[in-house]
Amino acid sequence: MKFMLMTNAPRGDGDWGVKSWTTDELKAHVGFMKVFIGDLKNEGAFVAAEGLAPPAQARIVRAGKKDGSPEVADGPFAEAKEFLAGYWIIDVETPAQAYALAARASLAPGPGGKPLYLPIEVREVMSAPPVEP
Amino acid sequence: MRTATEHLLRELAPQVLGAVVRRYGDFSAAEDAVQEALLVASTSWARDGVPDNPRAWLIQVAARRVTDQLRSEIARRRRETTHFDETLDEQVVPALDSEHEPEKEDTLLLLFMCCHPALTRSSSIALTLRAVAGLTTAEIARAFLVPEATMAQRISRAKQLIKKSEVGFRMPTAAERDERLAAVLHVLYLIFNEGYAASSGESLSRLDLSSEAIRLARAVHRLLPRDPEAAGLLALMLLTDARRDARSGPDGELIPLDEQDRGRWNHQAIDEGVALVSAALTRGEVGAYQLQAAIAACHDEATSTESTDWPQILALYALLERLSDNPMLTLNRAVALAMVDGPRAALELLEPLGADPRLAEHHRLAAVRGHLYEKCGDYAAARAQYHFAAERTASTPERNYLMLKAARLRQLAH
Repeated sequence: MKFMLMTNAPRGDGDWGVKSWTTDELKAHVGFMKVFIGDLKNEGAFVAAEGLAPPAQARIVRAGKKDGSPEVADGPFAEAKEFLAGYWIIDVETPAQAYALAARASLAPGPGGKPLYLPIEVREVMSAPPVEP
Repeated sequence: MRTATEHLLRELAPQVLGAVVRRYGDFSAAEDAVQEALLVASTSWARDGVPDNPRAWLIQVAARRVTDQLRSEIARRRRETTHFDETLDEQVVPALDSEHEPEKEDTLLLLFMCCHPALTRSSSIALTLRAVAGLTTAEIARAFLVPEATMAQRISRAKQLIKKSEVGFRMPTAAERDERLAAVLHVLYLIFNEGYAASSGESLSRLDLSSEAIRLARAVHRLLPRDPEAAGLLALMLLTDARRDARSGPDGELIPLDEQDRGRWNHQAIDEGVALVSAALTRGEVGAYQLQAAIAACHDEATSTESTDWPQILALYALLERLSDNPMLTLNRAVALAMVDGPRAALELLEPLGADPRLAEHHRLAAVRGHLYEKCGDYAAARAQYHFAAERTASTPERNYLMLKAARLRQLAH
């Protein structure tokens, strides 16, 4: 079964909420994510993973009502407390395995090298139909 | 379309691998070498024609690869250590034509190895498709919609585990045999299901895993003709696959059994499956695959939903439930019970299942309940169940099917 694990970052004080982090703290965080993806690959669970550019560059696009041409606005909405920072798509045998991997991602280090206990949203990816009885 | 050469190569793959493993002992190296030999053959045979003895040709090419690999390994170790006293001559003993004919048994030995319970199911599936079915890593990766590197990693982890755990290229002992054969059949069943689920799929270029599973199940049945569950599994696959073309519409939408065009079922496959399961059942060692095949046979032999032998299906599900504690079977029995005693009786049967944590949130329970409420004429309750189910399935066509059902009922209610 394939799952998408999504990690949200708080808007808080600045784009990534990480403006006050030291170089070492940032390096430790980035290093952790690299190791995590390496582990997913080693375990044969990796399908895809991407980090998203900071929300300062995010835009909301709608088709114009007149001719369907794109209408571009700044976004995401200013009142949102957090934003999607990145995702992993994994292929595992059970939901429990997906939860275990999500819990590992949740431990990404933050200030002082302490785990952030990030909330990771876990969603199953839609697939082809199951076999009829 | 696959060419005759590709068919031949896949047929020979496990025989060649078996012979090379016997000679060199190193399964992992032998498996890599056979893959390379298959690759070489697929281009060179297409150009120069199939050699007189294709099996010997492949064994020779694979054997050369293994010796090359061993030779460079030895050279590497010589550079690294001063205390290395093995020589190539001692490592590569057997002659190339010292062949007795163990190729038949080899396919079975390889299956026992690849489907060893020590491996994870997904590793077993990947390794079986490569080592026994002769598929490439790229083909397997495409079939499961994962990157090739991920599939390669699963295969290499499986091989490492085989090496570490001394699974061994040998027949299981009499005491292990039943459990080990059950594991083999289960892996083949999973491969079939994966292919069957994908067959209405988004992409036609996906490898036909159902056909590969049927081919492997056929091989197991040929090697163990007296095993009733091996026969039952092959029958189940044939009887299910027979409905493949009729079970989805042009846009991949699900067509339920009672709306399928039965003229599009594959009657040759049905005849073969019915004969297999009938013969297996007379042996008297009833198992889950035989029972499921018998149920599929009841559907396949009927000319319509109404003329289906529902009392027989009901009895078969009751037997299946006694073999395994799986609430899904109760769900299926409820569908049959509705046909025999009406939807109210079926809803009563399902009543306690809502308390089973394995099923309470499961979309299948709600989908079946929706179907039963619809038959009772209680459209509001049916719609609620269909919506509940649609929100919980991870299958796109199934979700669309359930949403359509609910929408149709809303129009009927108005």
